[in-house]
Amino acid sequence: MMYPRVVRIHKVVEETKDVKTVFFPFDERVEPGQFFMVLIPDVDEIPMSVSYLLDESKGFTFKRVGDATNKLFEKKAGDLIGVRGPLGNGFNIHGEKILFVAGGTGVASVAPAVEKALSQNRETVVALGAKNREELFFVERLKERGAEVHVATDDGSIGYHGLVSDLMLELVEGDSFDLVVTCGPEQMMKKVVEVCSKKGLDVQASLERHIKCGMGVCGQCCVCGGLRVCVDGPVFDGETLSKCRDFGLFKRDASGKKVYIH
Amino acid sequence: MDETADAIKRVIQSGAGAVVTKSIGREPREGYPNPTVVELPHGILNAMGLPNPGVEAYVEEMKELTNVDVPVIGSVFSDSEKGFSFLAKKMELYGADAVELNLSCPHAHGYGFEVGSQPDLVENIVKTVKETVKIPVFAKLSSNVTSIVEIGKAAEEGGADGVVAINSVKALKIDVDLKKPILYNKIGGYSGRGIKPIGVRCVYELAKEISIPIIGAGGVEKGEDAVEYILAGASAVEIGAGVYYRGLTVFKKVCKEITEWMKRNGYNAVDEFKGVALR
Ligand SMILES: Cc1cc2nc3c(=O)[nH]c(=O)nc-3n(C[C@H](O)[C@H](O)[C@H](O)COP(=O)(O)OP(=O)(O)OC[C@H]3O[C@@H](n4cnc5c(N)ncnc54)[C@H](O)[C@@H]3O)c2cc1C
Ligand code: FES
Repeated sequence: MMYPRVVRIHKVVEETKDVKTVFFPFDERVEPGQFFMVLIPDVDEIPMSVSYLLDESKGFTFKRVGDATNKLFEKKAGDLIGVRGPLGNGFNIHGEKILFVAGGTGVASVAPAVEKALSQNRETVVALGAKNREELFFVERLKERGAEVHVATDDGSIGYHGLVSDLMLELVEGDSFDLVVTCGPEQMMKKVVEVCSKKGLDVQASLERHIKCGMGVCGQCCVCGGLRVCVDGPVFDGETLSKCRDFGLFKRDASGKKVYIH
Repeated sequence: MDETADAIKRVIQSGAGAVVTKSIGREPREGYPNPTVVELPHGILNAMGLPNPGVEAYVEEMKELTNVDVPVIGSVFSDSEKGFSFLAKKMELYGADAVELNLSCPHAHGYGFEVGSQPDLVENIVKTVKETVKIPVFAKLSSNVTSIVEIGKAAEEGGADGVVAINSVKALKIDVDLKKPILYNKIGGYSGRGIKPIGVRCVYELAKEISIPIIGAGGVEKGEDAVEYILAGASAVEIGAGVYYRGLTVFKKVCKEITEWMKRNGYNAVDEFKGVALR
């Protein structure tokens, strides 16, 4: 039922200065790429991709950017939150060799997908982008699992100096992949999808839109001619996205007004 | 699924015979923070808070709906006669085929229900709007009043071309773990299966007392739900929460199920069984 389940946080991990992971008891099956509506009592209920898939618990990893995420940042083990989900479709992991491209907090939803691919013995290459060295997270986690991890930073403080989408371009030039999976800023995903359609590569991208009901009734989160990010997405394939006029162009704010993406 | 042109087009592709837009006001409104919607065992509780981009921006969505094959009904909300007629006029200019006056939103302070529970005000609003636009005017009514018939009569008196009954029912859900109301706005509007008997009762009472068409709304999920409303005197039904329970195909499914019921009962047209339960 689409009703928040009230749970007690059992662990909080600081990933960077502004990013934390919250673990909560949840023993049902969740797919990488799915999300929860996380209720912060008296403040808001916001969408968060699942970032850890353990048997008895699940986690989400978030950056503090506004009211709700700042309140969430103060939460400690033992505090109550609500979780509604898992929601959405998740990634469809297939093929022998997969390239994952994540920017910023996008790695939160990509990480469990990488782990799933590795557990299925698929070859995985990961390209992670961040502003600088301090803002990177999950690099060690993915390396330890056996992924080939490449890093790009805007300031060149570590790894490739430049955009992760440019790093991705180099990676696909020198290798062949059966699938590309991406999550991050929409402009970055737009570039990734463009590269993939030019090269005829299968690609899946996870979109963010303002979520209200999270159950497909209010229409707030619609993209691409009426597809609902909360139930038809958040993951869409390259074919859908290349026909989508709003992808990489505009989002809608809470009132439904168009906000152009730059 | 009534916010953007794209969403509305998808509803039309899914088989809806007409569409009602999100309720639009003069200024942009973000609505309330989440949680704005929760599912309860017998229905859906929401307090969206009338989010809308404002009537000036909504022209962008309406423009894309001018060439669709079904009637587009523009829903508007305001707190005054002047406000309603201003918005209705805009909707008419934007190409709406009819306008629905939201006189019944149960959770937005100063709007909807707070306006729609006063018969004199309802009559004046409808009258003013009727004087301003040529397209048909429907008044969406609330069940959260002592007598919905009184409000329905006021709308008829004002010249409404029809009434819609009912909007969601004022309700509250308290979470027992958090020990506080679950919705951010606390009070919300209850819709879905749980309110169908209330909606059918309202349509039935209205049908006995007014002669303008009634559109039934509240808990229509299956063909037989629509049939119930029609037997009670409705000429058509609206579907909202049904989209959640049965997906967007709910429109096609309900139409098919109505046709099957008609076949089983020997009817060829909706008019043949409309209001039969009133006799
Ligand atoms: C499917 C999905 C999965 C997400 N997963 C993650 C994740 O794993 N990690 C992470 O850090 N962030 C994630 N986000 C983004 C996260 O939901 C926002 O950062 C958060 O809602 C901000 O809330 P705020 O009150 O702190 O900020 P605000 O100041 O309210 O807003 C900051 C930004 O967040 C957006 N936002 C606010 N409320 C919502 C909402 N209800 N739905 C969508 N966006 C909203 C605003 O549009 C704005 O761009 C995800 C978003 C979606 C749609
Ligand atoms: S958030 Fe309501 S339909 Fe997706």
